[in-house]
Amino acid sequence: MNELKDSHSLEKYRRMVRIRCFEDQAEAIHAQGEIPGALHTYAGQEATGVGACIALRNDDYMVGTHRSHGHPIAKGAKLRPLMAELLGKTTGICKGKGGSMHISDFSVGSLGETSIVGSGIPVAAGAALGSKLQGNDRVTLCFFGDGATSEGAFHEGLNLAAIWKLPVIFVCENNNYAASTPVSVAVPVKDIADRAKAYNIPAMIVDGQDVDAVEAAVLEAVKSARSANGPTFIESKTYRYADHAVNLGRILLDRGAEVDVWRKRDPIVLYRGKLIAAGLRASDLDQIEKKVVDEVADALRFARGSDYPTQAEAFDDVFVERLPIPDYLNLV
Amino acid sequence: MAKTSYLEAIRQAQHEELSRDKRVFLMGEDIVASVFGTSTGFAKEFGTDRIRDTPISENGFIGAAAGAAMVGMRPIVDATIASFLYPAMDQIISIIAKSRYIYGGQAKLPLVIRACLFYGNSNAAQHSDRPYSMFMNVPGLKIVVPSNAYDMKGILKAAIRDDDPVLCFEDGTCWTSKAELPDDPDFLIPIGKGEIKREGTDVSIIAIAGAVALALKAADQLAKDDISAEVVDPRSLVPLDKALILKSVRKTGRAITVDPAHQTCSAGSEIAAIIAEQAFDSLRGPVLRVATADTHPCFSPVIEKALYPSAERIVAAARQLVTARHATVV
Repeated sequence: MNELKDSHSLEKYRRMVRIRCFEDQAEAIHAQGEIPGALHTYAGQEATGVGACIALRNDDYMVGTHRSHGHPIAKGAKLRPLMAELLGKTTGICKGKGGSMHISDFSVGSLGETSIVGSGIPVAAGAALGSKLQGNDRVTLCFFGDGATSEGAFHEGLNLAAIWKLPVIFVCENNNYAASTPVSVAVPVKDIADRAKAYNIPAMIVDGQDVDAVEAAVLEAVKSARSANGPTFIESKTYRYADHAVNLGRILLDRGAEVDVWRKRDPIVLYRGKLIAAGLRASDLDQIEKKVVDEVADALRFARGSDYPTQAEAFDDVFVERLPIPDYLNLV
Repeated sequence: MAKTSYLEAIRQAQHEELSRDKRVFLMGEDIVASVFGTSTGFAKEFGTDRIRDTPISENGFIGAAAGAAMVGMRPIVDATIASFLYPAMDQIISIIAKSRYIYGGQAKLPLVIRACLFYGNSNAAQHSDRPYSMFMNVPGLKIVVPSNAYDMKGILKAAIRDDDPVLCFEDGTCWTSKAELPDDPDFLIPIGKGEIKREGTDVSIIAIAGAVALALKAADQLAKDDISAEVVDPRSLVPLDKALILKSVRKTGRAITVDPAHQTCSAGSEIAAIIAEQAFDSLRGPVLRVATADTHPCFSPVIEKALYPSAERIVAAARQLVTARHATVV
């Protein structure tokens, strides 16, 4: 391996570990009530997020979902504003107004992580239309789950992208379940990628546990999109370890030993093995893990030390101009 | 100066803004052919990249407008008829109205969605809705309801230049009404600013969209009875020019709201509530609402028209209020 390639590989490893560590920390403090609201974790799907985002430029766009903590991290976002957002602090990436389901970092190209399933797909098509009209070569990558592919928004978004040959890459993270509903109950085709055929969109199926495989597929799709050849559909077969949302107080879906089977193909463990086999030093990887643990601890300290938004901030960003503050809040 | 129709005012406003700003583009169903004539000739002049026919896919292309706006474009969506907004409710409410907020101000969505209020012509319940008041219940959407060609041109141009999402409802009963239009390319009417369309002293008639013309007709008739009616046109519902409405009501002491929408939770009802809360001490009688009954618009022309506000109903309401004054004086 040459040095450049090594550093690229280590960066993929670092970002996957960063996501896992961030999610473990978030789940733990959510259990103690420190994070309000629902928390949908990304642990298990790291190879898809990182493999996809590492194939993009910083100025390429990305649209996510309710299960999207991993996506901004994969695209290079700083952890402090993300953790602060989970805690509802004013230093959060969305000033504490979006929370877990919307921790979208526009500085790394995100255009939103939207928690209405499938609703980001037309938005991604529109962003790609914007790039096309502006005559630049930016691409838009749209993440969504298997469940979204039964939404009308999915079909409408794919149709628009196909007829207008938009520079968009649809990445379906098929983690086998829409909340608790197995894919087989909701989808009549064996491979979700088949759904792209109806729109004449080229489709690929990748092993979503293999970060290099995901990266290779997305690189090919990006090349096609930048060359004005239109959209590509990628089905990444992966798995989430946690229940639909964590700390619900009950099990929504008991998957029994299935989780353990998937853990044997954990994307981080697999990649670590691959890197060591290729000659990288285990101590270097350990060093990365140690640093990431420090980063997450630093992000949590920052979030804990930050202020909550002031009441008046509830009236910012509804429109560009602040709304009048009602009398009953006694703020004046 | 030649007079220009309401529909032509829409065409002019769009034409001027498309010419002025390359970020502006128009999309919708059959806009190259231009069903109502508001984009006639545009495709030839601006090209089909910027004048973009869409599939019948409202949730798709209205969502696409949101995405394009987020990356710096300024889309205008011609949704044709207002009922066609319903398939796109998810994008309008969950994405367009909320994105700026949930992302803490990181997103900007400068886009306009135009939709016609297509009532009163036997198109039955599914095509005849006046749904602006539903959207008033969703924070994050500006809503304009121009009532004449002059206002339409200035408000639509302001909407296209606005950095927030704007829903522009175009009242089909106003289509053929005409006015002299300024040709100043920067003629703008600020969103959120209403106008007194006729001054009066006895009763304030706050009328919305096509109801403004009815209120003016009613005011003429009332003048013959020596009742002086003031006609207030809010022109935009979000933000609402409350100060203008309250000032008028404090002057006249009587208020009637006139709204082509169904009465329950209508814009007229909201305005009535604002008046009751904030100008109660100046009221000499109840705030009356002239609106459309809570049944569906009917296909049969014989029974459709009577459901909507009319000059006669406004006159009757005004007489009721003013007569009540005389009774209390005695």
